[in-house]
Amino acid sequence: MSKIETIDLNVYYRNGSVHGLKNVQMKIEANMITALIGPSGCGKTTFLRALNRMNELKGAKTTGKVLVDGRNIYDPKEDVIQLRKKVGMVFQQPNPFPMSIYDNIAYGPRIHGQKRNMDSVVEESLKKAALWDEVADRLDENALGFSGGQQQRLCIARALAVNPEIILLDEPCSALDPISTARIEELLQELKQEYTIVIVTHNMQQAARVSDYTAFFYMGELLECGKTSRIFERPDDKRTEDYITGRYG
Amino acid sequence: MRIETEEKLVKAGLSATALISVFVLFIVVLYIFLNGIGAISPEFLREAPYRFEYGGIFPQIIGSLCLVGVCLLFAVPLGLASAIYLAEYAPDNMITSSVRFFVECLAGVPSIVIGLFGLAFLVYYLGIGVSLLAGGLALGFMILPWTVRASEEAIKTVPQAYREASLALGVTKWKTIWHVVLKSAYPGIITGILLGMGKAIGETAVVLLTAGSGLESFLPRSLRDPVASLPVYVYMLATQGHTSEALSRAFGASLVLIALFLAISVFALVLRNRYVKKMGGGR
Amino acid sequence: MGAQEQIPRRRFMTLNGSALEWLIEKVLFACALSSILIVLFIIFFIFKEGFPALALGTEFFFGMTWWPSRGLFGIVPTVVSTFIVGIGALGIAALIGIPTAIYLAEFAPEWMRNIIKPSVEMLVGIPSIVLGFFGLMVLVVAIRDNLGGYGECILAGWLILAVMTLPHVISISEDAIRAVPKAYKEASLGLGATQLQTIRKVILPHAKSGILASLMLGMGNAIGETMAVLMVIGNPNIPGIPTSVLDSVRVLTSTIVIEHAYVDWGSMHQHALFALGAVLFFIVAILNLITTAIIRKGMRKTR
Repeated sequence: MSKIETIDLNVYYRNGSVHGLKNVQMKIEANMITALIGPSGCGKTTFLRALNRMNELKGAKTTGKVLVDGRNIYDPKEDVIQLRKKVGMVFQQPNPFPMSIYDNIAYGPRIHGQKRNMDSVVEESLKKAALWDEVADRLDENALGFSGGQQQRLCIARALAVNPEIILLDEPCSALDPISTARIEELLQELKQEYTIVIVTHNMQQAARVSDYTAFFYMGELLECGKTSRIFERPDDKRTEDYITGRYG
Repeated sequence: MRIETEEKLVKAGLSATALISVFVLFIVVLYIFLNGIGAISPEFLREAPYRFEYGGIFPQIIGSLCLVGVCLLFAVPLGLASAIYLAEYAPDNMITSSVRFFVECLAGVPSIVIGLFGLAFLVYYLGIGVSLLAGGLALGFMILPWTVRASEEAIKTVPQAYREASLALGVTKWKTIWHVVLKSAYPGIITGILLGMGKAIGETAVVLLTAGSGLESFLPRSLRDPVASLPVYVYMLATQGHTSEALSRAFGASLVLIALFLAISVFALVLRNRYVKKMGGGR
Repeated sequence: MGAQEQIPRRRFMTLNGSALEWLIEKVLFACALSSILIVLFIIFFIFKEGFPALALGTEFFFGMTWWPSRGLFGIVPTVVSTFIVGIGALGIAALIGIPTAIYLAEFAPEWMRNIIKPSVEMLVGIPSIVLGFFGLMVLVVAIRDNLGGYGECILAGWLILAVMTLPHVISISEDAIRAVPKAYKEASLGLGATQLQTIRKVILPHAKSGILASLMLGMGNAIGETMAVLMVIGNPNIPGIPTSVLDSVRVLTSTIVIEHAYVDWGSMHQHALFALGAVLFFIVAILNLITTAIIRKGMRKTR
């Protein structure tokens, strides 16, 4: 069974007037990095946000099913809170809270009821996010005082602290310099051993470098999905080929 | 050539008017200060009024503070709750726009009308009588729009990114508001509260009609007791006192009132500057 | 994994706290509605208490004599005086305030703005009773000594109210002037116009609606102001229509304050005072509506 599977997934915005995602059928495998690529406005971010029901914040309407470990997360009986603990998200612009590094990471676990062992949770999360060495002696400093790359890794650590199984990343490197980008890409390779990773990127080289599977979205539809090597070398659809070769972006 | 002199003249005239505006403020404060400082003494501040124009203003000071206290107890939770609803939960519909409209309406009601309402509704209709409770509630009605506005503004300034980050961690909406949004917004909210305090402490008409004659020589022992206040005391002595004792006390009380008001304003200003610096982050 | 605690299942809390969240939302909604309730209540009560007097019709609205002990409740002198005092105060405030706003927006160096703006804003907060007291002690005496009469008169009212409205006029007008797009200013200066000409021909017309709005707002404030004006305008026992600036008059607000202590609750006199409150509320509400309309019209023009 795939880790995530979408069946007839449709998302509508603005009271139904905008059809953001059209009949997407897709499977995402566990412990793999799946990249979502496509031109601006093609629906890849909408798809990503459908996986942890964040589209609801913008008043979107979703039909169809999204199965995570076989359970439809859109079933009214399912708990959105538990879902978002299981499926973490990192955003395009690093958004640490205006608190200390420690408090940023402890935020999630504290709210969910954890009281003891907070120090080790913070340390573990920072280590997994490859940030511990840089900030171990500065945990009390305000997160906003750190560089963009550090802040983004902090956001990753923060997401890891609530113990997810899946991590969604929405163009996590687009606001960062090449060195920070490289570090995060390295990090993702390590993380995939424990987690399932889905990453939206508009940088095709990044998708080719980093991912195991790639999905190409175009005007709200999923045109192609498959092993990254195949998609980049022998795409089935002409439009995929055009995008990959840079005919349009 | 003529145009240049005309320009210079007009510029001079404009700057003169600007200076007049500042001048006026200082004249008023200075005048009150010079005339009032003579009346200020430890006894003045610690004693109660005695036979109209003697004694001190202790009950008046305490009374004003109590009135402001009751007022804030009413207006702050209600205003903050309304602001949270408007900023975080309210859908874009008729009800929401009416709420905003009516809050603005309330801001435009002259204070004497609020005083009249307090008199008719709180004092008589509800039977609370002329009291600390009636005065405090009426003041609360008066400053409610300001607590709502200031809180809403402060909440709206919190970046949406923080909310998204929190929700994506599986935190519920209210907890997100409590732990992230309000924590970031509270300096702005407090500034709004201080603003309301400043308005309430100097308000005379409302208090005159609902809280007491201003000359009380006792401290309020319960919410139903009438209560003294600085502004009404000044009013009474200024308009009905003709001896120099009366006038000097009126000046003294005015000075204390201005001092309290300035303290609140300066505090609010300092807080606002710290807030601006904090929201700028550590960059 | 590792140090993560097994977070205990809390059986007594709902699945995702949704019941609590729902309750919180409803409570917050109720609080927001309360402001509507409060305003409606205020309007209702004022008009309810004032109704018997308002129902007197022409006797009330067009009556020329206000003599409660004789059962006469004509409000014409009071209303006329209110407008005279309000408009005069506004005129002075505009005369000083608008040039100040222009100066602050166009000419003043940064350091000067940083002194003037906060001072002007603080002026707003000075309790009106203190300003009234100042007016009583200084302005009234000065007028009495130099121009004759009692000193407590319209002129004193004008001056004190002008001081109170000044900050609002300055602050809103300045905002309006600053809101004029730089592009217009630069275009005008680029064509060789002087700064003054630019101000007169380009900036002021554009900022007109904002400035006008500030004046309307100021008028509303002046008419609704109670204590400061109360202490300096004289309040004669039987108000009449003033014939000179040095006449003592009564305005709507001062009448209410002065007489409220003398009414028998339930008497026509009491109803009449509330009716005055209703009239006052009505006038201020109209002025506020005009202000909003001006602002909206101004915004539409710049689209």
